[in-house]
Amino acid sequence: MGESKMAAVKKAKNKVKRYYEEQDEHQTPGGNVDGTDNQTESPKDVPQLPTEQKSRRKRVKGDLKKSGSNFISGAKDPFPGSVSVPENRLLKYERARKSKLGRKYSPYVQHHLKTQENDVQTALGQAARHDILLPEEEGFLEGDEGQDTCTITQEDIAEMVDITSASKHFNLNLNQFGPYRINYARNGRHLLLAGQRGHLASLEWQSKKLICEMNVMETVNDVKWLHTHTMYAAAQRRWLYIYDSQGVELHCIKKFNDVLRMEFLPYHFLLATCSSTGFLQYLDVSVGKEIAATCVKSGRLNVMCQNPNNAVIHLGHHNGTVSLWSPSMKEPLVKMLCHRGAVRALSVDKTGMYMASSGLDRKLTIFDMRTYRPLTSCLLPLGAGSLCHSQKGLLAAGTGDIVQVYKDTSVSPPRSPYMCLQVKGPIHGLQFCPFEDILGIGHGGGFTSMIVPGAGEANFDAMECNPYETKKQRQEWEVKALLEKIQPELITLDPTQLGEVDAITMEQKHKEKVERLGFDPHEKTPFVPRHKLKGRSSSANLLKRKKKVAHEEQREQIRKSIKVKEKQKEQKKSREGIRSPAEQSALDRFKK
Amino acid sequence: MKVKVLCRNPDDYVRETKRDLQRVPRNYDPALHPFEVPREYTRALNATKLERVFAKPFIASLDGHRDGVNCIAKHPKSLSTVLSGACDGEVKIWNLTKRECSRTIQAHDGFVRGLCVRFCGTSFFTVGDDKTVKQWSMESPGYGEKVEPIRTILGKTVFTGIDHHMNDAIFATCGQQVDIWDEQRSAPMRSYAWGVDSISSIKFNPIETHILSSCGTDRSIVLYDKRKPTPLKKIILEMRTNTLCWNPMEAFIFTAANENFNLYTYDMRYMDGPVKVHMDHVSAVLDVDYSPTGKEFVSASFDKSIRIFPVQSGHSREVYHTKRMQHVTCVRWSADNKYVLCGSDEMNIRIWKANASEKLGLLSPRERAAQNYNQKLKEKFHHHPQIKRIARHRHLPRSIYSQIKEQQIMREARRKKDVNRRKHSKPGSVPIPSEKKKHVLAVVE
Repeated sequence: MGESKMAAVKKAKNKVKRYYEEQDEHQTPGGNVDGTDNQTESPKDVPQLPTEQKSRRKRVKGDLKKSGSNFISGAKDPFPGSVSVPENRLLKYERARKSKLGRKYSPYVQHHLKTQENDVQTALGQAARHDILLPEEEGFLEGDEGQDTCTITQEDIAEMVDITSASKHFNLNLNQFGPYRINYARNGRHLLLAGQRGHLASLEWQSKKLICEMNVMETVNDVKWLHTHTMYAAAQRRWLYIYDSQGVELHCIKKFNDVLRMEFLPYHFLLATCSSTGFLQYLDVSVGKEIAATCVKSGRLNVMCQNPNNAVIHLGHHNGTVSLWSPSMKEPLVKMLCHRGAVRALSVDKTGMYMASSGLDRKLTIFDMRTYRPLTSCLLPLGAGSLCHSQKGLLAAGTGDIVQVYKDTSVSPPRSPYMCLQVKGPIHGLQFCPFEDILGIGHGGGFTSMIVPGAGEANFDAMECNPYETKKQRQEWEVKALLEKIQPELITLDPTQLGEVDAITMEQKHKEKVERLGFDPHEKTPFVPRHKLKGRSSSANLLKRKKKVAHEEQREQIRKSIKVKEKQKEQKKSREGIRSPAEQSALDRFKK
Repeated sequence: MKVKVLCRNPDDYVRETKRDLQRVPRNYDPALHPFEVPREYTRALNATKLERVFAKPFIASLDGHRDGVNCIAKHPKSLSTVLSGACDGEVKIWNLTKRECSRTIQAHDGFVRGLCVRFCGTSFFTVGDDKTVKQWSMESPGYGEKVEPIRTILGKTVFTGIDHHMNDAIFATCGQQVDIWDEQRSAPMRSYAWGVDSISSIKFNPIETHILSSCGTDRSIVLYDKRKPTPLKKIILEMRTNTLCWNPMEAFIFTAANENFNLYTYDMRYMDGPVKVHMDHVSAVLDVDYSPTGKEFVSASFDKSIRIFPVQSGHSREVYHTKRMQHVTCVRWSADNKYVLCGSDEMNIRIWKANASEKLGLLSPRERAAQNYNQKLKEKFHHHPQIKRIARHRHLPRSIYSQIKEQQIMREARRKKDVNRRKHSKPGSVPIPSEKKKHVLAVVE
């Protein structure tokens, strides 16, 4: 027994190197973009959660005890315990930061919170561990030495890759009814094409099977799939129409007139439209009702995109502003001036953190949507007429008849593109195909499907949307999705707000309670010194003891306020930045 | 040039034969699951609504008594057996699975005041208005034999309650005094009296088996140790306590059902104030019984309803009533923690589900998982006003509803007066009494 314990201690000391630790060393240089020293990241301080480590140590003991009886050969497990997960992978799954449990909570609450936190940590670890099991790896494109990836043509790529992937690059010559708007269904199986001169077609683009095709004999401004590939909405010259997959007209919604652009919010079952009359309207497609109609009061609206993270609609205006809208508000949530000229195109990435916008001033700017400040900006020769973010964060910009795809636009200004393609006509619609390395381009000469390695999410979640779903699965998913349809009132800038404590209401409630009762039930009771014997409860002594406690409290408060002040100072310093004496001007000394 | 393009083999994602289950690959990356909180909130809202839709707690009513039911006793060994005593001296043994009476005994002249089953489950004791304690066999007599008690003890005064020791051949009765009896003897081993009033109920502690507690008409709750010749402690409340019940999991906790509409949970070690005051009934509380988990208890009241309280909470989580149910005199929580039985004045015993929306019968693993998930979601979002409102809503009969309103007005008036009095007197001279301390008059050692 004692021996086995000793052995356990030894084992813990000279730790066996794990396969992922090696990988980590490879990864860190890439991950350490912010310039921290690589040397410090030695394998021994591969970050681990302290709790994880502790529990592992415990398990090591337990396992060894067991192994003594289990293995007949007497061999010992060289990797006892469960595999620990590196912290950067855990970070990916972290929802909220760990709360600090102060003394202000009762022991009962403290215990409750602690157990809850433990549960969350376990779930987090398990989810992170599941990453190893993911079957697919995402695509990439690397040039030879000195070769720029944007010089690599589609034909070269198609030659290099397998037949199925190569067949995903194709052109459709449709030069009669163009230019074309396009839309991929949510699981990336189906494609919708809408020529401005009335041509509507839906197809299963991978097998190139045409599902329906028709000409509606009037202008089509935009087209969007609804929640499944059985229905789609088309914004025609005057009204909004809804067709089924066979092209049968299901509804003609005359309340929605002169629609120019549409966005479908899949979790809310809302179709947001903006019209040339300057109205932003929301249609609930599950009940067929108009949820909200807002007059934006800035003229014709033809630039629109949605933030997939919080379902807020972004509208671009002629005066260079971008406004953010939710159906429950009659005023914009945010209004930001982005360009000197009119806004031409907008796109928000999947995380909802970055917005790309291009304007008539030919600038392409990336904005941080947490601070509403520009991050990077560049001047494109013709200016981008359409923009699109991929699932993995690539940005495609259509300038004239050239599509440029950029990488890491939020970190460095988009100088040289990642990929480039010239198509046979001015670009009218762009969209990355979900869960595929494909960019669909609708243009004056038809439709082009372009291979962009590394654009799509490799591992889909079948409970969310499944490219290989059967009819039965789709129907079941539809029922489930309808049941958990999010109410339009819940569209806010911060979607996690609903899970947080409503401090304002809480304060108000407390105030009302105090008013009603005539006293504060949660008030701290004043300190009453204990009665002591042998003359130690003289009034002088009592006063002394009272003061002691009062002083301790005061000190605590002072300590806190000092901390806050120091923090503010540091923040101020970091905001100003430390400038070299050469840069400082003589007048700086008068700055506060 | 190096290039890799996403290309999935459909064979990895589609089932091989029609007999297989569909493949459902998962990826738990939060980026693929947007709107996590609003979606969970919607699910929680749906789950709460469904819970209210499926809340059908009433299972059956057992009729057969010819007078009001006065007491119920659980069988310690058999889940399906329940005994009940009525006001006409009749004792019935019920089979719950068949929902029928398996045996009827005319036990006493006048009320059956108390009923308890021996820990082995082979016999039971009854006390009645005819000043007797009778022990009966659980087995029905053979063909042609007369129904006779095994033993009969004649007392000097009326017995009002009885309880049996958890694992010894000892039982306790109460009346004008508390008597501890050995089953083999016809005279009490020990008698306790503190004051002159009569004692209405007595209970053995199921864990600390030497401890007993009783409540009397002089508004007192008294604790005894059966090894000691004198009682331990006595507290006097504002109004009379009708019955009390020990927590089966925490040895020192008991709950008292009081005449002033409240229930008080006490810690036996600190008797100067209750641990918790449970308010919601609008009339005297007549009986209380703990769930076997010790987390909840059920109370029966004169206001024709029964309520279920979590031990930690001051308000009930559930209220059961029917149009036909009259003053509920006794209530018991079944030993499998699933059902609640209540006997009422209009001669019926009713069976309720302890968890109103619970599905009875076997659950498939998927059902169980879905239920657990919904339960967790409800817990997570139960503070949200919308969900709280739906979860809290209960239909109440007009009489209870109006009485609650009336009592609210009275309480508000009293509070206002207090506030005014405090405002117009010297600061600190009118203290703010806590709800816990308000109803305790005295503690006597």
